[in-house]
Amino acid sequence: MHRRRFLQSSCATAGLFLAGKATAAPTPGQREISIGLTPVFLDHQLEFLKQLRGYFSERLSMPVRFVQRGSYREIVDLVRSSKLDFAWVCGYPYVRYRREMRLLAVPLYFGNPLYQSYLITARSDSTTSSLLDLRGKIFAYSDPDSNSGYLVPQYQLLRAGENPSTFFSRSFFTWGHRKIIEAVGVGLAQGGAVDGYVWDTLEWVHPDLTATTRVVSRSPELGFPPFVARSNIDEETFRRVQQVLLAMTQDAQGARLLKSLNLDGFVPGSDALFDGIATMARTVERFRK
Amino acid sequence: MKLIRFADISLRYKIPLRVSALVMITAIAVTMVMVLREYDESRRDLVAHAAGLGRVLADTLTAPMIHDDLWRAFEVIRSPQRQGNSSFETLAAETVVVLDQNLLVFVSTQPQRFPLGINPAQLGGDFAGILARLESEDSPQQHLLEPAGSGSIYMVTPIIADGVLLGRLVLGYSRQVFIPRLGNLAARAGLVTLIALSLVLPLSAWWGRRLADPLVTLASAMDQVAVELPDPDQLAPLSTGDEIGHLATAFRGMLADLHEKKQIEQQMLVSERLAAVGRISAGIAHEINNPLGGMLNALSTFRRHGALDPQTEKTASLLERGLTQIRDTVAALLVEAKVESHPLTPEDIEDTHILVGIAAKKKNARLIWDNRVDATLPLNSTLVRQILLNLLQNAVQAIEPGGIVNFHTYVDAGHLVIVVENDGAHIPEERLPFLFEPFATDRREGHGLGLWVTYQIVHRLDGGLDVDSRPGLTRFTIDLPLPETA
Repeated sequence: MHRRRFLQSSCATAGLFLAGKATAAPTPGQREISIGLTPVFLDHQLEFLKQLRGYFSERLSMPVRFVQRGSYREIVDLVRSSKLDFAWVCGYPYVRYRREMRLLAVPLYFGNPLYQSYLITARSDSTTSSLLDLRGKIFAYSDPDSNSGYLVPQYQLLRAGENPSTFFSRSFFTWGHRKIIEAVGVGLAQGGAVDGYVWDTLEWVHPDLTATTRVVSRSPELGFPPFVARSNIDEETFRRVQQVLLAMTQDAQGARLLKSLNLDGFVPGSDALFDGIATMARTVERFRK
Repeated sequence: MKLIRFADISLRYKIPLRVSALVMITAIAVTMVMVLREYDESRRDLVAHAAGLGRVLADTLTAPMIHDDLWRAFEVIRSPQRQGNSSFETLAAETVVVLDQNLLVFVSTQPQRFPLGINPAQLGGDFAGILARLESEDSPQQHLLEPAGSGSIYMVTPIIADGVLLGRLVLGYSRQVFIPRLGNLAARAGLVTLIALSLVLPLSAWWGRRLADPLVTLASAMDQVAVELPDPDQLAPLSTGDEIGHLATAFRGMLADLHEKKQIEQQMLVSERLAAVGRISAGIAHEINNPLGGMLNALSTFRRHGALDPQTEKTASLLERGLTQIRDTVAALLVEAKVESHPLTPEDIEDTHILVGIAAKKKNARLIWDNRVDATLPLNSTLVRQILLNLLQNAVQAIEPGGIVNFHTYVDAGHLVIVVENDGAHIPEERLPFLFEPFATDRREGHGLGLWVTYQIVHRLDGGLDVDSRPGLTRFTIDLPLPETA
């Protein structure tokens, strides 16, 4: 059923594309779709991104532009100010700016739109068994707007009655999950909070990197970083892009790209998925005030 | 096993060995110079590289330090180590440490070794000295620190933003980084040395042989001297003007002298023996002659007086013949030097030609006659004729039928020289010392006194006598001094 529908839509878009091509050559300022990317996945593989972009362009019959920035906040702000059409962001900024964004799709990881935050230490550290054992140590966060790499450990410390700003002797941001693993691996930090999906995927593609670290504990399952759209996106574009994502499992190229991403596909998802994150965010923000 | 000392080895091997040793020493010396130079250059490269890198990194580090961005600072200092560029691989800093304003560790590439926030002087080692140096610094500037006895060198660069000192960047380089480069160089030099040796060794072996061979020949010839005198003419001729040439010439001269000495010794031995034999025979002859004269007189008287029966007559005659033969023999033994005679004329010499010519004709021999004497000489003609007859008769007897006898006489510098040659069987070497002794002949005819008499006469006349006999030629040479005519 799905397959047929996909084929129909594919024919339709191809027809559209051809028609567009025949009637009007690409005009300056032609509509192009911009998608913001953040280090919620392995966003440094440029060759892979090229393939992914090509795939989206082809499926959408529209030029697609990927936009990368050094922090989550920059991407989130671009979406909020409607300078980006879509973005793959973390659940934490999503729950914070829910009203200024629209949930487009949530990736499926091991069949569920869920993932965990891992607490990691160096492989050589065999004594640490929980976050509380890292008191007075140096801790690596990924990004102040990251759920798994910042919000989760902050929340856990608060729940344990600790003050997150003084619990560690020192903490720093690496602005990427992969770099957390490196920082903990070389011993720059004694502990770090990392996206479990990124750690698992790296263990699969770069076992030498993850081998320097050890997963101490895993958080409860939380909503996977979602694809969002700017709130004022037109319905047609929203529907087409969502359709492409949801149909990625349906063709060989899409399946291959999903495999590279270590994902199983996309679902439309619902706000309720991110309730857990929202609860933690409220707790942390209340403490800050 | 007896140990062979180097000094005892033949020059043939010593020279190539020494040449090889020289090549090795030269190669090692050159290699060492090159290695030292390379070390110097590598070090200069490293220092220049470190200074440049230090400035770039210090500049890049200002923002992360101002923002207290630990991770970015770490990424900055880690970046030179992550370069895959192989030419810089050896130049990669072993340790990179960033110190803050208070000289505490801000970040380092080895967080385990340099925990954040500690005073690196606590770690001891090189850093205690470096910190002491930095603390005493008035105005921060880049410098190279080489702690004594350390395996590392350090490039310290101040991190300054807008005139404010934020901290220090310390790049530590192990001296070990030079070792692969120097090792490579040494290995290459070793290979070149081996190639050079493989060319030089055969060359030096050849050269050594060339140099040593004449010496080895000389040495073995010298060893022979004690056993038997080598013939100097049989030594390979050496025409070189160097010391070996001199040595060979001197050695050859010495051999010639030794030969001459040996000959003189032999001649003296011979003439002493002949003189002794002469004295004995003269004494015996004298002792025989006295009674013999009486006996012959008595026999003569006995035969003159009284008629003798035939039997007695026969006996007396037998006695007389026997006694006469004894007297002749003794007379022959006793060379009478006081025989009165006229001086020697060329005709006297020609007479002997006629006498010998008959015998030569009988043997169908060729007698080549060359008489250059054209004046009367103050020599006893009887004695000289006796010498000529003896020598020429001997020569004719010695040759095979159809052989050649060569006679040659002339006057030279107050000497009469007589040369008689024949091509008959030569006189064996071992007989030569006894040639002039009486009765020394092995021939059937003759009484073996011819040469003895000749010798005695020459001796009386103060002359010289020389025999040279080898296969195909036997030559007697006699020279007689002409007495001073007052």
